[in-house]
Amino acid sequence: MSTEVKGTGIGTAAPGALDAPLETKRMLINMGPSHPAMHGTTRAVVELDGERLVSCKIDIGFLHRGFEKSCENVTWTQCFPYTDRLNYVSSMLNNVGFAMAVEKLGGFEVPERALYLRTVASEVHRVCDHLTMVGAMAMELGAMTAFLYAVEARDHVYDRLTELCGARVTSNYVRIGGVSRDLPEGWAEKTLATLDRVVLLRDEIEALLTRNRIFIDRCRGVAAVSRQDALDLGFSGPCLRASGEPWDLRKASPYLVYDRLDFDIPVGSNGDNLDRFLIRIEEMKQSDKMLRQLFAQLPPGEIVASDFRYVLPPKPQVYGTIEGVMAHFKLIMEGIQVPAGEAYSYTEAANGELGYYVVSDGSGRPYKLGIRAPVWPVLAALPKMLSGALLSDFVPTFDSINMIGGETEQ
Amino acid sequence: MSKAVIDALVKRFPGAVLGTATGPGGDEICFVEKGLLLHVCRYLKEEPAMAFNVAPYITAVDYLGQTPRFEVVYNLLSTVHAHRVRLRVKVTEEDPVVDSLCGIWRGADWFERYCLDMYGIHFTGHPDPRRLLMYDEFVGHPLRKDYPIRGRQPLVEERAIEERYRGPGPAGRD
Repeated sequence: MSTEVKGTGIGTAAPGALDAPLETKRMLINMGPSHPAMHGTTRAVVELDGERLVSCKIDIGFLHRGFEKSCENVTWTQCFPYTDRLNYVSSMLNNVGFAMAVEKLGGFEVPERALYLRTVASEVHRVCDHLTMVGAMAMELGAMTAFLYAVEARDHVYDRLTELCGARVTSNYVRIGGVSRDLPEGWAEKTLATLDRVVLLRDEIEALLTRNRIFIDRCRGVAAVSRQDALDLGFSGPCLRASGEPWDLRKASPYLVYDRLDFDIPVGSNGDNLDRFLIRIEEMKQSDKMLRQLFAQLPPGEIVASDFRYVLPPKPQVYGTIEGVMAHFKLIMEGIQVPAGEAYSYTEAANGELGYYVVSDGSGRPYKLGIRAPVWPVLAALPKMLSGALLSDFVPTFDSINMIGGETEQ
Repeated sequence: MSKAVIDALVKRFPGAVLGTATGPGGDEICFVEKGLLLHVCRYLKEEPAMAFNVAPYITAVDYLGQTPRFEVVYNLLSTVHAHRVRLRVKVTEEDPVVDSLCGIWRGADWFERYCLDMYGIHFTGHPDPRRLLMYDEFVGHPLRKDYPIRGRQPLVEERAIEERYRGPGPAGRD
């Protein structure tokens, strides 16, 4: 007996029609430059088959500010504020990298206390960068609490940095030949107290997330990159170490005072999102260990070299001697006369190998300043990392590589 | 420390190496002939004593006034032996074409696109030769020395967008 209801069409379907596969078509979705999950302004055009990513294309350039071109038109010291705005979450790391590049090219000396201060600044900002990444990744998976803890910890560090260099984010702290300011009185003790507070908050975040069933399910095995692939694709830093390659520039080619510090480098095994996250938590612990050693070892002395060819003379000499005022005038108006040549200098920034390729034509302005953003090759490899993943895996993967818009798009 | 690399290159590819130098800070530099770049790079990657498994930075420099005008700079790193080398390839203005190294190091992808975008140097064999940072309709190459810092661009025509009826609702209303 038929179940047809006359006049409505109900019951007239062919047998088995309800079990036949649905016709689907692939959707092209634009995760546009202004999107809450895209750190900075990055556009991703994803092709979806249901929830699965078939392919994805990353489109950058929305934050391109013409950094390299601008630096070609200003003096060497005037480039420091530009470098602040590269990786704006850890600006002192950028400053240090640039200063080291120019000092390598010019053969300029840096006094020992300045080396220590630069290392302190680098490690403090590395902690800030990792806190931002950890917090943002947690937040985008729904763990808002972890984000607020991370941001609170970062804020305490920013308070110390404000006392040190005058600004929370764009520090402009390093100068060619040293650093611009010495530590304020009592800063070391205050910073150690702040670091204790950061440790408490970081341990809270770790307790909330690293053994959390949901977090592990969302992150383990997602976007895994093998060691060979990571090297071939040009990864460096935490993303490379998460894939199992124990390469850290602080150990492999030590610079500043890293050879006098005792620290380990955490290395992952799977290269998935969970490993990239855990590596950053571990690196924060190592940075904390390093900072305590640095404060213990900090020697007294000059914070900047006393060579007037590349360092501004102290004000009493500028106002008191002819050489001082001449040197000051030349350095400000024409810039440091870096000898002609080219050099590539690399440091271990929070995201990996931050390279500066400087070319000088002997004048006071850079002829070319090429910046190697550590996260560029990782971002370029994102479509490959995400092939076959779900759309909801896109967001934690994008977070785990810690793409900072400023350094990617210069 | 990477002097051995330069010596091995000179010995193996005498025709390709146009010159060597040691830069400030001890960097080893090798000027390579454009046509033999692929062979040199393949050797550098595959030879176990060289083992340059990462190409961290590839960029170009515009030496306006010199001939050849451009120079593509390849910084290579070996995490196996912890040595680095820098290859510099001169490229002329009339024929700004170099072989792409994407087949050897996949990470060279975006760096080569950046050189195309900013300097106008084309890479044969690149899987995706588009501009990277600038929009597609951009005229010129910004990092060239003859591009002014405040260069103006012509107005871009709107791209053709297909009008589609998406069903009832505010977007479908016409």
